[in-house]
Amino acid sequence: MLTEKGLWTRLLTRLIFTGPTLFAFATVMIIPFLYGIYLTFTNWDGIAIDQNFVGWDNYIGVFKDTVFWKSFGMTLEYVFITVVLTNAVAFLLAYAVTRGMKAQGWFRAGFFLPNLVGGIVLGFIWQFIFNQVLVFAGQKMNLTLFSTSWLADPDKAFWALIVVTVWQYAGYMMVIYIAGLMNVPKDVMEAASIDGASNRKMLARIVLPLMVPSFIVCIFLSLQRGFMVYDLNVSLTSGGPFKSTEMVSMHVYEQAFLARDYGLGQAEAFVLFILVAAITLLQVYFSKKLEVEA
Amino acid sequence: MAGQSRILNWMKFIALIIVMILFVFPFVLLIVNSFKANQAITSDPLGLPSSFQFDNYVNAFDKMGYVSAFSNSLLITIAGVLLIALFAAMTAHYFVRHKSKLNQYLFFLMVAAMIIPFQAIMIPLVKIYGSLSLLDNKWSLIYMYIGFGSPLAVFIYHGFIKSIPLELEEAALMDGCGRVQTFFRIVLPVLLPTTVTISVLNVLWIWNDFLLPSLVLTSSEQRTLPLSTFYFYGTYTVDYGPLMAGLVLTLLPVLIVYLFAQKYIIQGVMQGAIK
Repeated sequence: MLTEKGLWTRLLTRLIFTGPTLFAFATVMIIPFLYGIYLTFTNWDGIAIDQNFVGWDNYIGVFKDTVFWKSFGMTLEYVFITVVLTNAVAFLLAYAVTRGMKAQGWFRAGFFLPNLVGGIVLGFIWQFIFNQVLVFAGQKMNLTLFSTSWLADPDKAFWALIVVTVWQYAGYMMVIYIAGLMNVPKDVMEAASIDGASNRKMLARIVLPLMVPSFIVCIFLSLQRGFMVYDLNVSLTSGGPFKSTEMVSMHVYEQAFLARDYGLGQAEAFVLFILVAAITLLQVYFSKKLEVEA
Repeated sequence: MAGQSRILNWMKFIALIIVMILFVFPFVLLIVNSFKANQAITSDPLGLPSSFQFDNYVNAFDKMGYVSAFSNSLLITIAGVLLIALFAAMTAHYFVRHKSKLNQYLFFLMVAAMIIPFQAIMIPLVKIYGSLSLLDNKWSLIYMYIGFGSPLAVFIYHGFIKSIPLELEEAALMDGCGRVQTFFRIVLPVLLPTTVTISVLNVLWIWNDFLLPSLVLTSSEQRTLPLSTFYFYGTYTVDYGPLMAGLVLTLLPVLIVYLFAQKYIIQGVMQGAIK
């Protein structure tokens, strides 16, 4: 039975334990998210005190904004390539540094290093490498591939972005794959090797199937990070040359804060949210199906 | 056969070293060039410095407003990380120990919200907090980090608390501890390993974050380290020496911490992904 005093202490406990988190969560994520949906139906310019209701105009605007779709398509391509490459490199690295070799700890620490540094700083470091170091080396050694800066060529700038992304995230995903590899039961491996399975067969028939959960996590993370790429984009190429590497996240930022079209920018951000949510949920759904019962 | 596999092992080892060099070389290159004069950098970016130019560092240190940026970053990161951990642990604990429909829905809402990308929130966020005059304030930024960081932290704590036996807390409650006291004396210490994991993930995120601070902090005194690096780089594009030194200065705190806490950082990332 609830006495009034009991009710108050119950409420107080709830307030103390969940109050701060839920209040911050609601006011920072939920309310802005819902208000954001409302904003997509208005035409705020960032200065005016009130905004007008414009109905579906912004969404029609999204469909007409060819630059948005171009950068969205490019982002898809970028995400696809980086997800595949990052995870392939990460898995190979993880496999290599869990085989009981000398100095494994050092290798792990080295491969993880780029993840300690923010995308802005990494982008600037690589800007220097692409603009100065590689050009210098290319001219010295007569390598036409490097003799002009990658960042000045629209196609190569895109690949520069990919190279840096893979270099940045491979170490992070490697750590997750290491955890997965260490969770593969030793007795199963031993049994297989007694039965005469070769290393390659063991990898294909035992290790990889048991690692599906790690792949789900890593692909999920690299998908999310790929779609949201912003820091690196800004500092490495700043979307150039000629907007050729402006990823969708940067485009949304420019549309809202620089072109001062907040309604359209928000509508594009919302379309982005729907598409990303759909893709990640599909990925998780289909990869869960692959999971073996342990 | 034995000899052959030995050679193979050595080849693998050397291959790994080459890959390792690819990963670390950009940082080495940066540090080497940070000591060179501007001219030496552009004429031979691969060469070693002929004389050490500490001027670059003095220059960058000054122009970046390093002291202010560093202390801003430090305050924001420490306060953000501690508050996220504390509040999230309390909330997760409450959710696990008070099973009700409402708590289940709230927990589900937090987990589901993790899929919302920051880009879908940033514009209304700036508008709302701007109209409340809460922008350009470090504490607003810390507050926002609590909002954005708590879903993942609650999720990870939730998973861990489920595995703690209830008897531990019941005994304390029986002995006359209040709910709050029980939490701080009994539960929080048990949560330490999870707290380390969550703190590592949050430090990596908050310390390096760029987009959110760039939207919230507008005046130069409020800038964090990544922000001041960005503005410094933007205004000194021709002067490579100080630019390189500025980037090294931004890297330095991270490298020092990594040297001492490397094991915890890698473990933290590992644990964070398993849960």
